[in-house]
Amino acid sequence: MSKPAVWILIEQNDGVIADVSWELMGKGRELADDLGGEVAGILVGHNVKDQAKEAYYYGADKVYVIDDPTLEYYRTQAYAHAIADIAKKHKPEVFLMAATSLGRDLSGAIATPLGAGLTADCTVLEIDPETKLLHQTRPAFGGNIMATIYCQTARPQMASVRPRLLPIPERDETRTGTIIEETTSLTEADIKTRRVEFIPDEGATVNIEDAECVIAGGRGVGNAENLKVIEELAAVLGGTVGCSRPLVDAGILPHAHQVGMSGHTIRPKLYIGAGISGAIHHVVGMEGADLTIVINKDPDAALLKVADYGVVGNLFDIIPAITKEIKSRKGV
Amino acid sequence: MAAIEKYDLIVVGAGPAGSAAALVAARAGLKVIIFERGEFPGSKNMFGGVLFGHEINELIPNYWETAPVERALIEERYFLVSGNSATTIAMRTKDFAEPPYNGFSVLRARFDKWFADQAVEAGALLVCETLVESLIMDHGKCVGVKTGRADGDVYADCVIVAEGANSLLTRDAGIHAEWKTNEVGVGVKELIKMPKDVLENRFNLTGQEGVSMRILGLTKGMTGGVFLYTNKETVSLGFVAMIEDLAARGFKPNDLMEEIKSNPMIAPFIEGGSTVEYTAHMVPEQGYKSVPRLVHDGLLIAGDAAMISNLLTGEGANLAVTTGRLAGEAVVAAKAAGDYSALGLYSYQNALDASYVMKDLKQFKGFAGYLHGNPDLMDLYPQLANEFLKGLLTADGTPRGAKAKALLAEVKKKKSLFGIAKDLWRGWRVIK
Amino acid sequence: MRLVVCLKQVPDASEVKIDPIKGTMVRAGVPSIANPYDMHALEEALRLKDKYGARVSILTMGPPQATDVIKRAVSLGADDGVLLSDRAFAGSDTLATSYILAQAIRKMGEEEPVDVVLCGKMAIDGDTAQVGPGIGSRLDCAVTTYVVGVRSLDKDKKTLVVERRLERGVEVVEADMPVLLTVNKEANEIRYAALPALIESIKYEVPVWTAGDVQLDLAQCGLKGSPTQVKKIFPPPQKDIETVMVTDTISDPAQIAKLLVDKIEEAGMLA
Ligand SMILES: Cc1cc2nc3c(=O)[nH]c(=O)nc-3n(C[C@H](O)[C@H](O)[C@H](O)COP(=O)(O)OP(=O)(O)OC[C@H]3O[C@@H](n4cnc5c(N)ncnc54)[C@H](O)[C@@H]3O)c2cc1C
Ligand SMILES: Cc1cc2nc3c(=O)[nH]c(=O)nc-3n(C[C@H](O)[C@H](O)[C@H](O)COP(=O)(O)OP(=O)(O)OC[C@H]3O[C@@H](n4cnc5c(N)ncnc54)[C@H](O)[C@@H]3O)c2cc1C
Ligand SMILES: Nc1ncnc2c1ncn2[C@@H]1O[C@H](COP(=O)(O)O)[C@@H](O)[C@H]1O
Repeated sequence: MSKPAVWILIEQNDGVIADVSWELMGKGRELADDLGGEVAGILVGHNVKDQAKEAYYYGADKVYVIDDPTLEYYRTQAYAHAIADIAKKHKPEVFLMAATSLGRDLSGAIATPLGAGLTADCTVLEIDPETKLLHQTRPAFGGNIMATIYCQTARPQMASVRPRLLPIPERDETRTGTIIEETTSLTEADIKTRRVEFIPDEGATVNIEDAECVIAGGRGVGNAENLKVIEELAAVLGGTVGCSRPLVDAGILPHAHQVGMSGHTIRPKLYIGAGISGAIHHVVGMEGADLTIVINKDPDAALLKVADYGVVGNLFDIIPAITKEIKSRKGV
Repeated sequence: MAAIEKYDLIVVGAGPAGSAAALVAARAGLKVIIFERGEFPGSKNMFGGVLFGHEINELIPNYWETAPVERALIEERYFLVSGNSATTIAMRTKDFAEPPYNGFSVLRARFDKWFADQAVEAGALLVCETLVESLIMDHGKCVGVKTGRADGDVYADCVIVAEGANSLLTRDAGIHAEWKTNEVGVGVKELIKMPKDVLENRFNLTGQEGVSMRILGLTKGMTGGVFLYTNKETVSLGFVAMIEDLAARGFKPNDLMEEIKSNPMIAPFIEGGSTVEYTAHMVPEQGYKSVPRLVHDGLLIAGDAAMISNLLTGEGANLAVTTGRLAGEAVVAAKAAGDYSALGLYSYQNALDASYVMKDLKQFKGFAGYLHGNPDLMDLYPQLANEFLKGLLTADGTPRGAKAKALLAEVKKKKSLFGIAKDLWRGWRVIK
Repeated sequence: MRLVVCLKQVPDASEVKIDPIKGTMVRAGVPSIANPYDMHALEEALRLKDKYGARVSILTMGPPQATDVIKRAVSLGADDGVLLSDRAFAGSDTLATSYILAQAIRKMGEEEPVDVVLCGKMAIDGDTAQVGPGIGSRLDCAVTTYVVGVRSLDKDKKTLVVERRLERGVEVVEADMPVLLTVNKEANEIRYAALPALIESIKYEVPVWTAGDVQLDLAQCGLKGSPTQVKKIFPPPQKDIETVMVTDTISDPAQIAKLLVDKIEEAGMLA
């Protein structure tokens, strides 16, 4: 019998591979090693074959490539058919994709023809040492509870995985693997949707998910005027301004800045949170930060408990003091 | 969409009064529609906690078997608090733990829903999340209501307004003036959750038993009082105070509530509990003197909207049930006679006058004014009682006879015995 | 034209708690609501009805009291609805749910063909967003997810053009009908029911279909048809961190700032 395979969807948008694919590749490698199996990347699109080797660099043993004009941009029906067909043929043990718009959509559409169990938006994945089953842990009920889910018999064990929770493995150009080219049976005439246009977000230069340094303000900041203290600190640190949901609801900052469950998940090297109480909905978005500094005037604020360094105090005293200190060290 | 058909009766408000009215009218085969502004009946309602059951039982025999009741109240405690001391007068009887029971603590969100469902089962149509904005009048006769929804006018032969103490509809219809700040009070309540066994041990309860407490001395001289009721796994703690007094003293209800909760005599009752709900509601204060004209052409007023409640006994919801029922019965009679004029509906007033409702209301009519005129009752008297009894009970080598004399002298410094006698006499006069 | 909206009744997520000792979900007393995303799907359907004329039917799978959400939909302008309710459906995961719903939509289509199926982007109890695409692939029809608005609909050509919200922009897609849409909250504002419709909805008797009413392979329904199993549920973990409370030892803002900036510098963030 062939080795159990862990499949990772390599998500690409207009030919650009999303980083989360490599986060998953790292995880996939780990799971495959636990299973004594192999990792395969699934790369679907048009004129994407050249990029397949990247998958080796991040840990794949194999890459299945389906390259076809009908797959130029993401379409549920076209992608789901193509991928479900090869999954039926090769029978992976585990199949992971990112819990992005694309991944969530595609995973739902693929699981049904495969009759597979699918768990959405997982935050923890591990192989149970005894049963060798994939244990998939995810938040539910708006983050109020966590559930661990597994799947006894149906295969593959499918999961979509929340982006930015896992580290990207070291890129290793010495690694190699095999490319297996597959085809799709659908023709353009079979596909019932067509892209008319794509309108990129204007001024969507804030990409908080990729920021290395996030200075976040919450309701404690009060109003747009007061946000200046946060912005000034972000400026001297070269960081990005983040926020909790009330500031977005109040129209003080656009949604692109919101950290948390219904906002963005960040994994910065430094997170500074001021005037944020630490509702679980916010915490799930920032707990992956390496260094966390929290300022709150309420000593019982929950966010202080997830901080490396907590300060009980008025953010309007502390933040400007930090800004000043940095300026003087930088000599500006 | 087709126009809405005409109803025999429109009831505004699915509180105890409205649901009782709808229930009896629907049972008699009338076409009844009830409007409730809340998401469901009870969702916006609160009260202290006790539903005296006699009236409900007449409408729905053995109601406790299906109604969501909390605890059968077997004890009434009067608790006079000052500083670090409290004097308790309590009456407990196991008889109240047996059918037909005297009263239950209930939570309105559940109870009102159940009660309204009884009216629905009898055939009434309940429309929630719909605010009645005004009464539709035609030549002095009420012919329907205007709701806040599109295409929202509904017509009927008769309307029963059971909108509670706010009484905006009847005010806007010119039936009464804006309530004066001494006619209405505000009630504030917290629902405090604690484990069942803790609660039962704390109040010495078994099974379904519960207690109610009336607490004097914590309203800073304002007309009103503090109450505490035990529910299954929660305690209802709150106070009622006259709006005029609150305003005059510049108190914020919230702050007063916090003070009450941290009072050394109260805190042990709620220790370890967590507040799961905070609500405020208006309450009629004056009783009889404020009652507006209740019977109009095509229109009856019932429950708190009629300013019918009894401050002294803490009754309200049961009176609302009775008034609602009598109003409903009057409409049934009016339908039979084909006369919805004030005259045709006047049997409501007659029935009210003949019932305990109006008799009690008349009896106690001076009571609110009496309380309001005697802030000492709310403040000084609990203090005097505590000082006197504490002194008397302190074993410090003084002969008791001499001690009693000395204590009485202390009391006299604060309030002359004649003054006390006068207060008591006046109090007796207003309720006699 | 026939539109079907998949509308789920869910517990109000903001009120669901977990019993810290037993590790089970405390659902008692938690109010049930119509899944908010599905209400936006309904509103989108009603707008299509207003503009192009259509019959809007609701499909709900759930316990008997889930008729409430169908009535609510009817009060807003849906024409009719069906509740799928059967013990055999209990415990369905997304795979089984999409199967049952798809079969029910097929049955609805026998009576009058279905042109558009609208789902919410996701249900707030499971937060999976899987059922919509799942139904789509079972029906083998066009699928467009995360719809924030329908631009136009051509009844003759049987196509519609929708806008989809993606991470970095809006994609405009033309789809052939029948099509399945999943709808985002930003798509629209939900209307307020007019009184006559509200009264009609209270009187509306919701048809209930049990397993026998729909052509179903029972092995694919309920717990039996659900490959995923819940191993355990637990409260969200607190990050296991030793927090240094700076203010336990220093109170002067300038001193606090010095210490914090030291740490920031150590982390290599001052370069
Ligand atoms: C389904 C769902 C999804 C959600 N998604 C998100 C999400 O993605 N992101 C998110 O953030 N929230 C989200 N929320 C909301 C979340 O539950 C909280 O309501 C929110 O995070 C609270 O924001 P906050 O901490 O800024 O405000 P608050 O909770 O009001 O806290 C303000 C804090 O500021 C402190 N403070 C005030 N003044 C000062 C001062 N001068 N100096 C220092 N401290 C001060 C106060 O002590 C307090 O702790 C979601 C909620 C739900 C139900
Ligand atoms: C703090 C407090 C403690 C109390 N304690 C007790 C007690 O222990 N025992 C007791 O028997 N009584 C008590 N009462 C009094 C009792 O609550 C009332 O007497 C009783 O609720 C009156 O019933 P009702 O049906 O007249 O009015 P409500 O119960 O006020 O019901 C009115 C209903 O009408 C609805 N409504 C109002 N306006 C509109 C509109 N325009 N359109 C549609 N719907 C509308 C409301 O949402 C509500 O459901 C207390 C009151 C308070 C405030
Ligand atoms: N039991 C159900 N009844 C009706 N529709 C449902 C049901 N479950 C899921 N749906 C639909 O599928 C969408 C996605 O659900 P989910 O995959 O659970 O997040 C929902 O927004 C609904 O439109």
